[in-house]
Amino acid sequence: MARGEAAPAWVGHVLVPLVNLALAFLVSGLIVLAIGEDPLEAVVILVRGAVGFEEAIGYTLYYATNIMFAGLAVAVAFHAGLFNIGGEGQAYIGGLGVGVALLAFDAHLPLPILLLISILASAAFGAAWAWIPGYLQARRGSHVVITTIMFNFIAFALMNYLLVNVLIQPGQMSPQSREFEPVAWLPFAHEALGWFGIQVTRSPLNLSLLWALACCLLVWLLIWRTRWGYRIRVVGGNEPAARYAGIDPAKVVIATMCVSGALAGFVGLNEIMGVQHRLLLNFTAGYGFVGIAAALMGRNHPLGIILASLLFGALYQGGAELAFEMPRITRELVVVIQGLVILFSGALEHMLRPRIEAMFRRPAPAGGEG
Amino acid sequence: MSQAADVALLPPAIELVGIDKRFGAVHANRAVSLAVAAGTIHGIVGENGAGKSTLMNILHGFYQADAGEIRVDGTAIAVRSPEDAIRAGIDMVHQHFMLVSTFTVLENLVLGVKGGWRLAPALGRARRELLRLADEFGLEIDPDAVVGDLPVGPRQRVEILKALYRGARILILDEPTSVLTPAETARLFAVLRALKARGVTVVLITHKLREIMEITDTVSVMRQGAMVAHRVTAETDRESLAELMVGRKVPLGLDKQAARPGDVALAVRGLSVVDDLGVTRVDDVGFEVRAGEIVGIAGVSGNGQSELLAALAGMEPFPQGEVRFAGTVMTPALPGDPGDLRTRGLAHVPEDRLGDGVVGAFPAWENVILGYHDDPAYRRVVLIDRPAILADCAAKMAKYDVRPADPHLATHGFSGGNQQKLVIARELERAPSVLLVGQPTRGVDIGAIEFIHKTLLAMRDAGCAVLLVSVELEEIMALADRILVMFEGRIVGEVAGETADERTLGLLMANAAEGDGDGSR
Repeated sequence: MARGEAAPAWVGHVLVPLVNLALAFLVSGLIVLAIGEDPLEAVVILVRGAVGFEEAIGYTLYYATNIMFAGLAVAVAFHAGLFNIGGEGQAYIGGLGVGVALLAFDAHLPLPILLLISILASAAFGAAWAWIPGYLQARRGSHVVITTIMFNFIAFALMNYLLVNVLIQPGQMSPQSREFEPVAWLPFAHEALGWFGIQVTRSPLNLSLLWALACCLLVWLLIWRTRWGYRIRVVGGNEPAARYAGIDPAKVVIATMCVSGALAGFVGLNEIMGVQHRLLLNFTAGYGFVGIAAALMGRNHPLGIILASLLFGALYQGGAELAFEMPRITRELVVVIQGLVILFSGALEHMLRPRIEAMFRRPAPAGGEG
Repeated sequence: MSQAADVALLPPAIELVGIDKRFGAVHANRAVSLAVAAGTIHGIVGENGAGKSTLMNILHGFYQADAGEIRVDGTAIAVRSPEDAIRAGIDMVHQHFMLVSTFTVLENLVLGVKGGWRLAPALGRARRELLRLADEFGLEIDPDAVVGDLPVGPRQRVEILKALYRGARILILDEPTSVLTPAETARLFAVLRALKARGVTVVLITHKLREIMEITDTVSVMRQGAMVAHRVTAETDRESLAELMVGRKVPLGLDKQAARPGDVALAVRGLSVVDDLGVTRVDDVGFEVRAGEIVGIAGVSGNGQSELLAALAGMEPFPQGEVRFAGTVMTPALPGDPGDLRTRGLAHVPEDRLGDGVVGAFPAWENVILGYHDDPAYRRVVLIDRPAILADCAAKMAKYDVRPADPHLATHGFSGGNQQKLVIARELERAPSVLLVGQPTRGVDIGAIEFIHKTLLAMRDAGCAVLLVSVELEEIMALADRILVMFEGRIVGEVAGETADERTLGLLMANAAEGDGDGSR
């Protein structure tokens, strides 16, 4: 005898997130109204600011790239039953890897090799930073939520130390490294499109977006189409069953944290090699945390994460425009709106889901044998 | 007959009229009606998923019925929560006890009972009341014992006392004997008779027909959410009840040939297992299982059988002993790896299939490769070979009659019996040389039990060495060629399968028979 029929898939995957989003915007609208601005006008400014012109689209996609990497990192760990809150620190250290590699090699190697080295370096540094909490969880039972949060702070302290004392450009006051040679700059989207004769406005969007999309595909293959992903999901789904099946949960936990950290490290690729072209402080700007919301909203599926990243990217970019256009809406209020989206689509995800799904459940066959 | 006529004059203690309940597409209760006379013991039997628990949870206020009426002593009442039920005098003893194990008996008793904000007077009142109830119903208990230190039988008595203390006049017991020894069961039944004699109405949910025959006055049979029969117990028998439950004739015996044991396939020597808290769970156990025989391990749940099985399957390291199997030796220094043992021909149907044997959220096809996921037949170079696995799953579902035969259905969506068939299909289709089976029919429908038993016998006859752990004595006696009895981690006796009887095994399980087989010392 089967349990209750589930609601159609589109209800859970599409309708529920849209309803949550609508609620978040409704409450945001009320707040905008309360401070004496016109919510409808605010929406128009927000949307136009996010996707209304080429530069805006470029910025939205650039933000989305970072959020995608961070979201994938959270999702991979989640499939092993781990809540990696350390994306921020892993991204920071991943950026350190890119920076150190490019400072060492930018004068000697061509771009393709430098790109390969940077990808490997960001992955390796991010993975190493996640390996420690992974090891502590697997072998010492220290909860990964606690340790990854702690490692964010350690990453910040470490970067401060390195940039102030070691990597700082001599003769400079601000704690940042020298600029990389232009050969080591990951081409911007406007440059790359220019090669094909397409002229677009300048924006920070660069080729790491393609790598982010490739990572989405690779993560999907890893989780649902390989034995390693199978092991990850068994450990996340039922740890005693993993032991029963001869899968060592400790090894899987450590390996999964490394993959997760590597994905977070790619935020550094986008920022350091793609945009800043030098190593500096605070370039992660909270993407690691927004990635948690993107993973939650995207239900830990790469496709969902792509969509959620686009949404949060648009909120980042459109929100900045909004703060610029409407004097009474400050940057802080934009953060409040982003927070409401996270609250409704992440934290309160299960508030409406059961009710909405119940409404769409296929009607039970009347009478007869079940 | 005059007595029955007297009872009929009073309104029934409980009357359920047209109770209907749906969970999504599942029609759990279909217009169920039931009347239980005051001061009687009423049994409810039915297969898993027949709707017994749903019905009792509606009566106890956990669920709300979609339609229908609950009457207590002839008055219709609304039961919207367990508190409402208790106010109406209805309480339930759950299969899994709802006690705080670090609290004393007395503290558990006053849990959830309103009586002012100061604890001391409430405890004083509770102590007096507890002693009175214990005396009246033969439920003796030390009020100051910590519940966690008590064996299962007394813990159950605390649950019953708790219900009586809260003023229950109608007591629902859900599978109360599943964790008890035969002696403890007899004691429970004595308590139930005492309750009945003092006018308490008892509703007993069980799947053990023997107990229904022994203790109940009347019995109702549920099948697929509907009440299919009400019987006076004295006027029916086990065979007809079983037939009513399943909806067809069920042979209760098995056609079993004598075993032809071959070489030793699994040899255990001096095995001890210590748990995380340092308690010795398996204590110096040794035995052999030969190809072509079923060795049964009987014992009350929690006497080390689970730990023994886990150790043999390579899931649990052990500090002492040695296990020989298929040319390998497992020792404390060389612990076994479940994956490696599988490739050497050890199959394991775990006791707790949802806990250990499957990942509930996975679709069936992903669970059909659990433990064998590294098999080259299931993969290409990097990616898994989905079509091959799906075909394999479909074939196993057809052969083992798994319903619904849908490889994409989430595993927790299957009934217990069908989940078990999936696990058994996965483990047996590898033609193992040694098969470890724990509680093969726990939570499994009668129809599937018959199938599983026949399959295990067929494995034995094909030359597989089978080690069967079960707390169901009937199952052990029906299947095993030799029976070992475990008590507090030790093997306390061995009985040949064909000469075993429930009394001897029961005494061994309670460790009451030291040598002379007579417990009356």
